[in-house]
Amino acid sequence: MHLQASGTIYSINGSVVTIQGATGLQMMEMVYVGDKKLVGEVIHISDEKTTIQVYESTTGMRAGEPVYGSGGPLCALLGPGILSNIFDGIERPLREMAAGSGAFIPEGSDISPLDLVKKWDAKILLKPGDDIQPGQVYATVQENALIENRALCPAGLSGKVVEAKKDGAYTVLEPVAVVEDSQGGRHELALAQKWPIRQPRPVSERLPIERPLITGQRVIDTLFPVAKGGTAAIPGGFGTGKTMTQHQLAKWSDADIIVYIGCGERGNEMTQVLKEFGELIDPKTGKPLTDRTVLIANTSNMPVAAREASIYTGITLAEYYRDMGYHVAVMADSTSRWAEALRELSGRLEEMPAEEGFPAYLPSRISQFYERAGYMRTLSGQEGSVTIIGAVSPQGADFSEPVTQNTKRFVRCFWALDKSLAYARHYPAINWTSSYSEYLEDLAPWYRKNISPSFMRCRQEISNLLLEESRLMEIVKLIGSDVLPDDQKLILETARMIRVGFLQQNAYHKDDTYVPLPKQLKMMEIMLYFYQKAKAMVERGVPVSEILETGLSESIIKIKYDVPNDRLEAFDLYYTQIDEKLSQIQQPV
Amino acid sequence: MLQFIGLNEINGPLVALRGVPAAAFEEMVCLQLENGQTRYGRVVQIEGDCAVIQVFEGTSGMSLGNTRTTLLGRPVEMPLSPELLGRTFNGSGHPIDGLGEIFCQKTADINGKPMNPVARVYPRNYINTGISTIDGLATLIRGQKLPIFSGSGMSHNKLAVQIVRQARLSGTDAGNFVIVFAAMGVKNDVADYFRRSFVQAGVMDKVVMFLNLSNDPIIERILTPRCALTAAEYLAFELGMHVLVIMTDITSYCEALREFSSSKGEIPGRKGFPGYLYSDLASLYERAGIIEGSSGSVTQVPILTMPNDDITHPVPDLTGYITEGQIVLDRQLDQTGVYPPVSVLPSLSRLMKDGIGEGFTRQDHADCSNQLFASYAKVQDARALASVIGEEELSEIDQKYMLFGRMFEKHFVDQGFTENRSIAETLDLGWLLLSLLPREELDRVSGKVLDEFYRPQQDAEKFGLAEDAPAPVQAAG
Repeated sequence: MHLQASGTIYSINGSVVTIQGATGLQMMEMVYVGDKKLVGEVIHISDEKTTIQVYESTTGMRAGEPVYGSGGPLCALLGPGILSNIFDGIERPLREMAAGSGAFIPEGSDISPLDLVKKWDAKILLKPGDDIQPGQVYATVQENALIENRALCPAGLSGKVVEAKKDGAYTVLEPVAVVEDSQGGRHELALAQKWPIRQPRPVSERLPIERPLITGQRVIDTLFPVAKGGTAAIPGGFGTGKTMTQHQLAKWSDADIIVYIGCGERGNEMTQVLKEFGELIDPKTGKPLTDRTVLIANTSNMPVAAREASIYTGITLAEYYRDMGYHVAVMADSTSRWAEALRELSGRLEEMPAEEGFPAYLPSRISQFYERAGYMRTLSGQEGSVTIIGAVSPQGADFSEPVTQNTKRFVRCFWALDKSLAYARHYPAINWTSSYSEYLEDLAPWYRKNISPSFMRCRQEISNLLLEESRLMEIVKLIGSDVLPDDQKLILETARMIRVGFLQQNAYHKDDTYVPLPKQLKMMEIMLYFYQKAKAMVERGVPVSEILETGLSESIIKIKYDVPNDRLEAFDLYYTQIDEKLSQIQQPV
Repeated sequence: MLQFIGLNEINGPLVALRGVPAAAFEEMVCLQLENGQTRYGRVVQIEGDCAVIQVFEGTSGMSLGNTRTTLLGRPVEMPLSPELLGRTFNGSGHPIDGLGEIFCQKTADINGKPMNPVARVYPRNYINTGISTIDGLATLIRGQKLPIFSGSGMSHNKLAVQIVRQARLSGTDAGNFVIVFAAMGVKNDVADYFRRSFVQAGVMDKVVMFLNLSNDPIIERILTPRCALTAAEYLAFELGMHVLVIMTDITSYCEALREFSSSKGEIPGRKGFPGYLYSDLASLYERAGIIEGSSGSVTQVPILTMPNDDITHPVPDLTGYITEGQIVLDRQLDQTGVYPPVSVLPSLSRLMKDGIGEGFTRQDHADCSNQLFASYAKVQDARALASVIGEEELSEIDQKYMLFGRMFEKHFVDQGFTENRSIAETLDLGWLLLSLLPREELDRVSGKVLDEFYRPQQDAEKFGLAEDAPAPVQAAG
């Protein structure tokens, strides 16, 4: 690689270096800094100095070392071979780095994100003389058993194909076709292409949101569903199970592809994802989960500037697969670490801080990120979606801090994790009174059509019982539950049944870890059936204690373990059981 | 080697030197005073030909004229050799036990390098500490970082000593267990207490100590954990030992960082701590782990005192977000004489789920601990209610929870400094306590497990049914 030096380093302060005097560098241009050629990005230009943020540790760097421009912004290389891979925040393959330089990450490694030697069997869909439009599929590669990779004509390029290769094996950078545009310029197309990570990939239009992202997690699918193409935030203090929830969603949600961004989190967690996902088999396809997963790992001790970039790298990979017509879910864990990276860099630039030291542009950056989600019609006319689920780690578990508050403004689904639920080991610890989903109305027609017309009504009744319980609990806290009238005691008992038997879900149980929607509905129905029956009896004067003595609620609570997901006919037994046991209770005279 | 005479500015622990053409960022610097003293420092900022140097031993006695500065051309390094065991160092890695310099086989940059997540091995095996609340409910796993959140005046040091004394590895690794101890800004007597305890326990030849006492220079305090972790990584990943690193007190470390940051004129974040506190702490904690191709492991038990017992203070807060769980000590328990005063509900070990159960501890471990957590959480509700309406007015079931809570604290938590319990003893005790509750209340456990472990008749004998025991604590909600 021959590079022209654009200047020399003048000052160094952590990951921020400056060049004195005017340079020809562009704003946001990718640069190589110093003798080790560390990757950096231009973040501020004046006629006196150019400021660069470096994505690696600057230890040992000296003033006077050269800085080389690359001529363009920081780009992701998009092509076959991304799936099942694990990258750092600026798309460097961690497996290859480990193979090359051992267990610790060295500075200045310039390994290509994709394997440049491997040949992929490609089907070329062009022949000379064809017209080509932006977004058109010109080649397909079976990336793995699950996913077909479709090479798309880059945005802004249209014209006539003048050369096209035959079907065959090609590396990712080998040209497979040449296109001549209307001005006569020639453009080579390969299986891989570059895209600047900070720029959203264009689509033809945004479509209305109407399909849920089914996660198999009862409290989410039923009470607070998220849509395909939607946005959701999971805020919670440490130990409330953010990461666990993200893992569950990454494992079980019905997206075609999962992009998991470990942004400033623990190294052991990423290792766990690697290990667990490799062992798990996707129930729908019978293939390992890693086949549909991309990991971006920028752990908390890796350089902070790359942490800031990791979010954009992840979402760019997601958009790339969306443009092929796939449904992609992005898990970002955690967006707070990303916001802190912004704060840290902003501090080094000596910018004027706003709330709690965060830069004033925090809200706009957060909104730009979440707005890259959506259900789209792609340039090629297909439908694809990007769903973003971001974890938020509020300082001191205080939801009024800037990152949580600003995130709340830009997401439509809010799963608030609750410390006291987590202390009682009630997982997922999603609080049902402070969480919400704005997608309920958008998704109601889908549930009605595909699951059952009564789904939304059951959901509402369950939700009402829970609300009623939290209202009653205020009283119970003061005077105890013994003094409540029987009908209210029954509400408390039913709500307990819902909490333990329905909302609580065991991620380590083979059936309970993923529950299909029909079973979720059946579970709600049987709980409501029990409530209606029991309520009628209480109204006739039967003491609630006698109803509880039947042990019915305990057996309903255990349905989640006792009824396998594929044997829903077993529910009929429970209906008979309820009828029988309740009819045995002595009717008062 | 070039020597520069004089300085251009002195400000707290920082000095500025102009006319240095080729200083490297984070390069180590040697400063010689006229009176023959030698001090060390490192370059923390470069601005053209001006280098800002942080002096580890402080700048008192230095003037603009009396100092000669040499750039050493290397980052701050730690000498490494198997002889480290049994030695004591100051915060910047120089021996202070009077036994002379280390004859080193190699040196390593104390900042280390980030571990590649791909090359990590997911921690699976546990460390038996012999303490019920830890082994049973927040199991310490090899390669984990599990801090102790304490407050001034509580018995965190005693707990750390007990962990060191009792910690055992299972199987063939048992003999390969060493301790790296880093004291940052602790009082003289505390450091002495640790040293005496190590000697008494007969483990001194397996301990490496790094001492930066509360009256030592704060810049050294910033280096102390880094030197200690560099030594730990060497022992673990090159010599294949299982290393337990105890770091106390992280709060003093963070305060040193704050002092340094403000003298550099950086923009402060929450409570005046620098905005990069999270990244800085992560660069310490993330050095725990196990890597592929090496038989050793680095396990960290950092100790921090929460200012004003406030768990939302930036130091415990950020720590909790990086570490894999936490053990929280509770002042009320401590005041009632419960030792160790572990507050069970907020304590957590994230890696526990994969390091316990069949093949590691016992197959019923997860069930037992889940149910203990769930039931003890209900005790808090019952206590809150009792504090309003009085204990006599409680329903029968709530009374049972009150009894369970008292017995749990008396027998399970309050274990004492000398008792060393095996995993089996801890779990059996847990099931006995759970048997105080009616069977249908144990909703986290399947019927099959209960058939095996639910023993309501035995607990009556074991606890003498508690009439004699006054309530040891009234920790309401």
